[in-house]
Amino acid sequence: MHFHKYEKIWLSFGLVSLIVFLSVVGVSAFSQNHTPSGGMDTIDPEKVNETAPFDKPGVTQLDEDTYQVAIVALAFGYNAPDLRVPAGKEIIFKVTSTDVVHSFTIDNTKVNMMVVPGRITTKSYTFEEPGKYLILCNEYCGTGHHMMSTEIEVY
Amino acid sequence: MIAQPERKIALWHLGVAYTAFLIGTLMGVLQVFIRNDALQLPAWLDYYQILTAHGVLLALIYTTFFIFAFFITGMSKSLGSFGPKVRLFSWIGLWVTLLGTVMATIMIIAGEASVLYTFYAPLKANGFYYVGLALVIVGTWISSFALVGHYMVWRRNNKGQLSPLFAFMTVTTIILWIIACLGVVATVLFQYIPWAFGWTDTINVELSRSLFWYFGHPLVYFWLLPAYIAWYTIVPKLLGVKVFSDSLARLAFVLFILFSIPVGFHHQLTEPGISNFWKFLQVVLTFMVIVPSLMTAFSMFATFEISGRQKGGTGLFGWFKKLPWRDVRFTSIFIAMAFFIPGGAGGIINASFQLNEVVHNTLWIVGHFHITVGTPVAMTFMGLTFWLIPYLTGRRFTKRMQRLGFVQIITWSIGMLLMSTAQHVLGLMGAPRRTAYSGYNGHPSAMEWFDGILSNHVTMAVGGTILFLSAMILMYIVIMTMFVSPKAETPEQMVEFPLAESDMSHTPKWLENWWIWIGIAAALIILAYAIPLTHMIQHAPPGSKGFITW
Repeated sequence: MHFHKYEKIWLSFGLVSLIVFLSVVGVSAFSQNHTPSGGMDTIDPEKVNETAPFDKPGVTQLDEDTYQVAIVALAFGYNAPDLRVPAGKEIIFKVTSTDVVHSFTIDNTKVNMMVVPGRITTKSYTFEEPGKYLILCNEYCGTGHHMMSTEIEVY
Repeated sequence: MIAQPERKIALWHLGVAYTAFLIGTLMGVLQVFIRNDALQLPAWLDYYQILTAHGVLLALIYTTFFIFAFFITGMSKSLGSFGPKVRLFSWIGLWVTLLGTVMATIMIIAGEASVLYTFYAPLKANGFYYVGLALVIVGTWISSFALVGHYMVWRRNNKGQLSPLFAFMTVTTIILWIIACLGVVATVLFQYIPWAFGWTDTINVELSRSLFWYFGHPLVYFWLLPAYIAWYTIVPKLLGVKVFSDSLARLAFVLFILFSIPVGFHHQLTEPGISNFWKFLQVVLTFMVIVPSLMTAFSMFATFEISGRQKGGTGLFGWFKKLPWRDVRFTSIFIAMAFFIPGGAGGIINASFQLNEVVHNTLWIVGHFHITVGTPVAMTFMGLTFWLIPYLTGRRFTKRMQRLGFVQIITWSIGMLLMSTAQHVLGLMGAPRRTAYSGYNGHPSAMEWFDGILSNHVTMAVGGTILFLSAMILMYIVIMTMFVSPKAETPEQMVEFPLAESDMSHTPKWLENWWIWIGIAAALIILAYAIPLTHMIQHAPPGSKGFITW
């Protein structure tokens, strides 16, 4: 098979950039922990309200620098009372659903989590700026999908 | 001209394709006005019904029927007339696919299936919606096997020869399609249908999502490869040159069989149930598809330059001016390719693991597929339509139609540029996709999204309106060339099927040994999917009951 000289240069350039690019993404992901939200924990979708930490949704302080926020997503809202967290501390979000698939997305941040019934999605995030952030659902979940939102206050 | 029976089959496919196109684009223009709060739907019609119809009719039905019309015509042209069995099964395939389409569409209109074309469980549509979708797949398989049968007859009669490039590429696309469909067939047949009809109580949601995306990504290559076939085999003819390299064209196509399937997790990067290792592995495999894309880009520009220089273009870019810009068949496809440059680059961003969090399920994604399937693929199909219909009907493609063709592709480009740019910008700011009109109770950050010069509802609505006008011009051209335009009487008036010559003398035979490619594809699929899917089944949480939330 004959490759034109310029095509060899073009493809080599492409392949080298591909390797460099994937290495940057991979190193950032696995040695600096910049991974997308996820997690392997499961839960019975019909017993969410009886299962910790979702039996007491909301903010819990785990230690001096870490807070956990448990949220139950359901059509068409979030069961998460009193969402107030400090800036500059690690916040671990844990979200699950009692019905269909939703998302838990905090505007102006990298928190963009798919919420799947039967699964617990986890994401760690540190807010830098205090303020009121809009939380919304960006996975279609029914007639009220575009009404599904709440707010988190960072102080 | 190809035989009358094949022309009839192909024209029927085009008729269904453009009926779906008409309804689908109408649904599109309604959406931009609802999002703009300029239009209130009557109580019996819901935004998400319209959204479901728009997705199903354009992304699934228009594309599929058009692709088979193109394949049937091209296979008859390059391999000779169909035998009676191939014809029969092509008809059966058409009717089964159409039956499935009608069934699914009725369910959408009846409000029984506002689950969008991704139909994520545990949203539970009427069981007949899933049966309809299953029939669409089965119908395409029947049509596919008819074409493969035709190809096998040709291979038997031409032992030891490489098949013509068009046939090779058609068979590649069909192999890709059949392997891809296994995922969606498995989930619809064994998960959705028993659950929707109440034979099982619950469904394993994460497994159904993963099987859907095993299908969902190669689905986009099923749309794209027919456009690539046109780029590789039709465009050189319009330019008056041969295919740049037969062997590299074939190599690029078989690489798509390998690298477009074991990659579905890149649609699921922000969800639970799949560990980071498997997500990242599939991200790496996803990026491998850049190699055949770069090869294709090189071939295209080489073809342009060779043609331009033959026509007397000099200097570094002189050849560019010599391209046949007055030929709407060429200019349409050229614009389609140009749109694919930002489209492909956006795709790289979407699949970039952690970077996906910034854009996942935002309007950016909607913008992305309007400048991938919505323009590079759709406008290539439009460019083909201009000659394919008159070729099949034996009518003329008059000067007036050619001028209208230019108006159509230029308006489509302008409309898409406005709409998709607005969508990309809005998505980066955080505006979600798949939502009816919403200001999130006037939340300041939601208000901010729509304040920009480009990022506002008006830009999107203006773009959407121009697109709809363009679609109606295309419908006019389709109807005229199908039923009204004068018949071609002299050879100059006849519309040709512009199929370029391809020099196969240096093409290695192993490229057409399908078992090699199917074997490697299977190995890659097992590598990428066996362990995470097994884990999803063995460590499944209690399943989900169905929910009807619309």
